[in-house]
Amino acid sequence: MLLTNYQTDSFYDEMFSEEGGIRQSYHILKSRIEGMDDKELLSRKASAEKALLSLGITFNVYGDEEEEERIMPFDIIPRIVTAYEWKKMEEGLKQRIRALNLFIQDIYGDEKIIKDGIIPAEIVYSSSGYLKECKGLVPPKGIWIHITGTDLVRDGDGQMLVLEDNLRCPSGVSYVLENREVMKKTFPELFASLSVRPIYDYPIRLRGMLEHLSDKSNPNIAVLTPGIYNSAYYEHSFLASRMGVSLVEGTDLTVRDDKLYMRTTKGLKQVDILYRRIDDNFLDPKVFRKDSMLGVPGLFEVFKKGNVALANAPGTGVADDKVIYSYVPDFIKYYLGEDPIIPNVPTYLCSREKDLNYVCENIGNLVVKAANGAGGYGMIIGPVASQKEKEEFVAKVKADPRNYIAQPVLSLSRIPTLIEDKLEGRHVDLRPFILYGEEIYVMPGGLTRVALRRGSLVVNSSQGGGSKDTWVMG
Amino acid sequence: MLSRVAESVYWMNRYMERAENYSRFLDVNFQLSLDLNEDSNRQWMPLVYTTGDNELFFRKYNSPSKENIIHFMSLDTENPNSIMNCLIRARENARTIRENISTPMWEVINEFYLTIKSKRRFDESDMPGIAEFFKAIRNQCLLFYGCQEATISHDEVWHFALLGRLLERADKTTRILDMKYFILLPSGENTGSTLDLIQWLSLLKSASAHEMFNRFYTRITPKSIAEFLILDKIFPRAIRFCLSKTFDSLKTLSGTEKDSYGEETEKKVGVLLSEMNYASIDEIFTSGMHEYLDQLQVRLNGIASQLDETYFRN
Repeated sequence: MLLTNYQTDSFYDEMFSEEGGIRQSYHILKSRIEGMDDKELLSRKASAEKALLSLGITFNVYGDEEEEERIMPFDIIPRIVTAYEWKKMEEGLKQRIRALNLFIQDIYGDEKIIKDGIIPAEIVYSSSGYLKECKGLVPPKGIWIHITGTDLVRDGDGQMLVLEDNLRCPSGVSYVLENREVMKKTFPELFASLSVRPIYDYPIRLRGMLEHLSDKSNPNIAVLTPGIYNSAYYEHSFLASRMGVSLVEGTDLTVRDDKLYMRTTKGLKQVDILYRRIDDNFLDPKVFRKDSMLGVPGLFEVFKKGNVALANAPGTGVADDKVIYSYVPDFIKYYLGEDPIIPNVPTYLCSREKDLNYVCENIGNLVVKAANGAGGYGMIIGPVASQKEKEEFVAKVKADPRNYIAQPVLSLSRIPTLIEDKLEGRHVDLRPFILYGEEIYVMPGGLTRVALRRGSLVVNSSQGGGSKDTWVMG
Repeated sequence: MLSRVAESVYWMNRYMERAENYSRFLDVNFQLSLDLNEDSNRQWMPLVYTTGDNELFFRKYNSPSKENIIHFMSLDTENPNSIMNCLIRARENARTIRENISTPMWEVINEFYLTIKSKRRFDESDMPGIAEFFKAIRNQCLLFYGCQEATISHDEVWHFALLGRLLERADKTTRILDMKYFILLPSGENTGSTLDLIQWLSLLKSASAHEMFNRFYTRITPKSIAEFLILDKIFPRAIRFCLSKTFDSLKTLSGTEKDSYGEETEKKVGVLLSEMNYASIDEIFTSGMHEYLDQLQVRLNGIASQLDETYFRN
């Protein structure tokens, strides 16, 4: 019933083909939805949301005192990915992470890629994620990016593209795990008939990956959080709990004799591996931001001496920069000698004069982003911006071209989403999570983020986005 | 375990226990005011005195009316000890140690918070349902203890939880008893009257001790009630019981043998407990109950700050 009047409005739809037919993988889901009356679907949605609120699966919204905690709006219509399509994505992501890791090791090492003229030195050095303090470092097992959340989008032709790599402290995996638990309660009968690949082992794999970074037989692992006011605090706590490790704040830690310790009721206990969820800049006030209250004085020295493993390693942010992103296909060719399996979104670099002129003249058709922006901040979407906004943004770009990139406005794919009491198409992206330990593991599925506002392309939770469960078929 | 986690689990329990006690005090006093039907100022103000927040109260309110006091002690977020504030802080502590507690425990505390936070102010129209409101609060607190008891391992986390609950409870029992002192002072002439009896009974009810008291005593006298609430060995709100369990938990935490002590808190509790083991209610009454309770409160505070020093500040 809900699906009868559904319109794809000529967008690429995840569930319906251009001819209006249902895609093969969605057959069972569709008949299940059609077998339910509207009320039942709505009441399942309501009970799913209530479960999330009860569990306190919330994020904090900065600058909003009255309602400082919210659940991320959760849509109960899942996104389904076929095994065939997933295999390609999985391979593409592994390839990408391998190349990115080699790149980071290279630029803090011999800088071959710069010497060979693949990427200009000044682009690397001017990246705000580049840490000169990491020069010459080799982190434990040579791995820099242990946990990655790469954002993928599907354009109007149905082609999957990499939108950006999140290599610093990518968040959202707890929603993926909790959404799945809620979905199992919401549609138990579908799980029985669809052989959806399980994801519940992610925290175990995360722990295994972290353990791999130490040679001790029973290493002490901790998750470092900025504290309960951080927007992703729930996730930090959730992951620590599921891994069975301590959740620590900076003040719980101290450095003595080049080792890292945590303060316990029985005195100090050494920490061997720290999954840190605070940015590089805040890690160690002795080396980075002096005013950081979140980190631990002396931590970086402990890391340099090899007495603690940090995940992700400091300095990985350099490859998270949106300008450097545009070079990733070149990295893949340079380090691996392969063609990229998942292409990038075409990107203009404002630091190139030709690109800058094009961007300034065509801003109305482009998305322009700050190289180190995140969470939907520091960007402009040309087609929906006012003349004044566009002019102001052009001025900003001209004042600091290195810091901006531009991309064509993609026609992101849409998927049926329950809006009030009917199903409407909404734009989505997909953030799979990748672990790099003894081998590279890609969690089957990931966080499908939904732009809930009609017509909006912005999926960030801080901008009113929601999420969906992602089902990879067996 | 992390010192910060120990501190949070301890305070989470202190705040829950405090919320429970406040809801009981308010409820009993509300019932009592219906029985006595007398000048409400005299009836309600002792409650504020016993919590020690009287200065703050008079800074904020003109009159110690029933409505003002109920609001001050239950919903007023400017009162650091109000039920609402206890709940906000208990929940905040729970959030910071969520990985150390069970999901059922967290859900109880979170749902409790979500149901009460929309309530802003009481007015006259809320009064018919107010007993239900306090009862609901009490039940949520008890549900929380039950969940804690049944769903987390009885390891260090558990013992710090217990310490928070027991020390808070011991402190509140001294304050309940002391309430009689504040009520009695202006009306010494009523000793032995019906009024006096009702007031003493309400003390027992404030400690949820009425039925248990009746099982062990045949006559309700000030002395027997004080004896029960101070010196009883097996009643869970009696001060001696709380101290004895506190001692057991401290022993488990430090791992020291019988008749020796591992750290200062254990010593302080051990000494106080021995004194209570050899105390009699006659002596306490002769030396002055109010003075005795005052001393107890000071020493309980000393124990709490020693605990803080030993386990939370290293």
